[in-house]
Amino acid sequence: MIRLDDVRKVYNQGRHNQVWAVRGISLELKPDLLTVFKGPSGSGKTSLLAMIGCLSRPTSGRISLDGELLSNLPERFMTQIRRDTFGFIFQRFNLIRGLSVLENLMLPAYPEAPDHSALREKAMGLLRQFRLENRAHNKAEWLSGGEAQRTAICRALINDPRILIADEPTANLDSRLSRELIALIGELTDMGKTVLVSSHDPIVFDAARVSKVIELSDGRLAENRPC
Amino acid sequence: MNHFLRRQRYLLDYSLSSLARRPGKHLSLLLVYSLIVFLLASVMLFTQSLRREAALVLADSPELILQRLVAGRHDLIPSNYLERIGRVRGVSGKYGRLWGYFYDPAVRANYTLMVPRDREIGLGEIQIGAGLASTRGLGVGDYLSLRSAHGEPFSFQVTAVLDPQSELVSSDLLLLDGADFRRFFAYPQDRFTDIVLRVRNPREVRKIAEKLTLALPDTRPILREEILRTYDAVFGWRQGMVFVLLMGAVLAFVILAWDRASGLSGEERREIGILKAVGWETGDVLRMKFWEGAALSLSAFLVGYLLAYVHVFQYSAALFEPVLKGWAVLYPAFRPIPFVDGLQVATLFFFTVFPYTVTTIVPIWRAAVTDPDTVMR
Repeated sequence: MIRLDDVRKVYNQGRHNQVWAVRGISLELKPDLLTVFKGPSGSGKTSLLAMIGCLSRPTSGRISLDGELLSNLPERFMTQIRRDTFGFIFQRFNLIRGLSVLENLMLPAYPEAPDHSALREKAMGLLRQFRLENRAHNKAEWLSGGEAQRTAICRALINDPRILIADEPTANLDSRLSRELIALIGELTDMGKTVLVSSHDPIVFDAARVSKVIELSDGRLAENRPC
Repeated sequence: MNHFLRRQRYLLDYSLSSLARRPGKHLSLLLVYSLIVFLLASVMLFTQSLRREAALVLADSPELILQRLVAGRHDLIPSNYLERIGRVRGVSGKYGRLWGYFYDPAVRANYTLMVPRDREIGLGEIQIGAGLASTRGLGVGDYLSLRSAHGEPFSFQVTAVLDPQSELVSSDLLLLDGADFRRFFAYPQDRFTDIVLRVRNPREVRKIAEKLTLALPDTRPILREEILRTYDAVFGWRQGMVFVLLMGAVLAFVILAWDRASGLSGEERREIGILKAVGWETGDVLRMKFWEGAALSLSAFLVGYLLAYVHVFQYSAALFEPVLKGWAVLYPAFRPIPFVDGLQVATLFFFTVFPYTVTTIVPIWRAAVTDPDTVMR
């Protein structure tokens, strides 16, 4: 269970370009569901997901996971939780150019230093699962958009996280690939993963697999719609 | 421990692949870095080797030399000074030396003429240094004709060419008999060039020198340790001069390293952001970049030092010969004896590898402590 209490986030605080991205959001997110945060650009979706995923801290308010407070943990512990609990799928895939697909996949596991052959085998298993095994040794920049997105999903799964966070995952995909992606994300929910997605793409928030849609507007909750 | 080592291996693995992904940037940096290490190490190795050579050559030289001064200038010393010195406690032997210089207009060089004590040379015979032999094209059995102080030609037969091992000081040497020396230079019979004293206990040398200064006030004692110190100072000064000249190059390298290493490109910043977002700690990023810098600087250090070693000991420091080498007038074909001083290696290592690592790690730390959510924007 993820719980947010009056979470706020301001960028460039005290400067002339100060921006309130999130303005007091309180909500609870149940596990094992596919939840979509929808809203126009600038509504605070990405900032909210970044805070939930321990990528940044709220300016004020509290975020807790299964009763454990995340928002005021020291950086080292935040990183540990981010690595063990969350997997990220970014809008622009964020694969590292010059590295092979396999190397990109294994990166999040490096700090845990598992046995190399076991890690490699696990990565190859994920590539097989997402039909990318023949791309394992290709450079990341040679992949098509759909392949890059699937590689990003594999990378998000390498540490076997409980929660997946996908930020505008269909922004760089056509509608066919977007539907394929939603189907894949749905399969992850079936595997017991909690999936949080931000999107303003109707293909995503209108999909049948979506459990809950949370609408944001100007950094506030606009409407919670159970599906 | 196993986990720690495996983690470092993963980080090193990533660092090496990161170096390979930007070959242009890193190869140019490696090239300049190696060149700087090469230049500095060459100077250090060569001067160190020269100092050592000088020390080896002087190891057999007398502990004390006594010269007579007239109006502050070196003058010939009367042979009766040997008796005037008398018996000094601690002195195991004393004798007068004959040596001087001769300018040969044929090759426009000065020869050092000397009467040796450790070998017999017949009248009309000479033994010559390798430099002199090659300059005049002489071999054993050949004759060398020189104009004496009275203007008459003197013909000497070469009976031996000196061992080239100590060529640094014997290159222009010409050894001859005492009688020949006196006749050739019209040298007074009752005079020596200087007097040398053998002292068994090196701690007594200074005391003996003090006694001699009091007994013979118109003389000056020269201690072997002073000669060594002078050579040391001369080479130290030459080394310093070269280092000053190299400072420009070093400074250029520091600027280049700073620019190349600290100017993280947008791509590199993004990469750091991705690594942090997928679960790398700031410490992991710093360690990875440390390995990257260490791999580059260690490679440059090894390449530069090895090249310098080959340059100095294989090619006789061809680049620095004109500045650092020789006090014999005829140019000696000097092959430095391979010698590496651990402290110098450590000093060079510290002054090349350490600044680079610090230079690179600071801006990376600044990039690595930023929130990883930047990659989501």
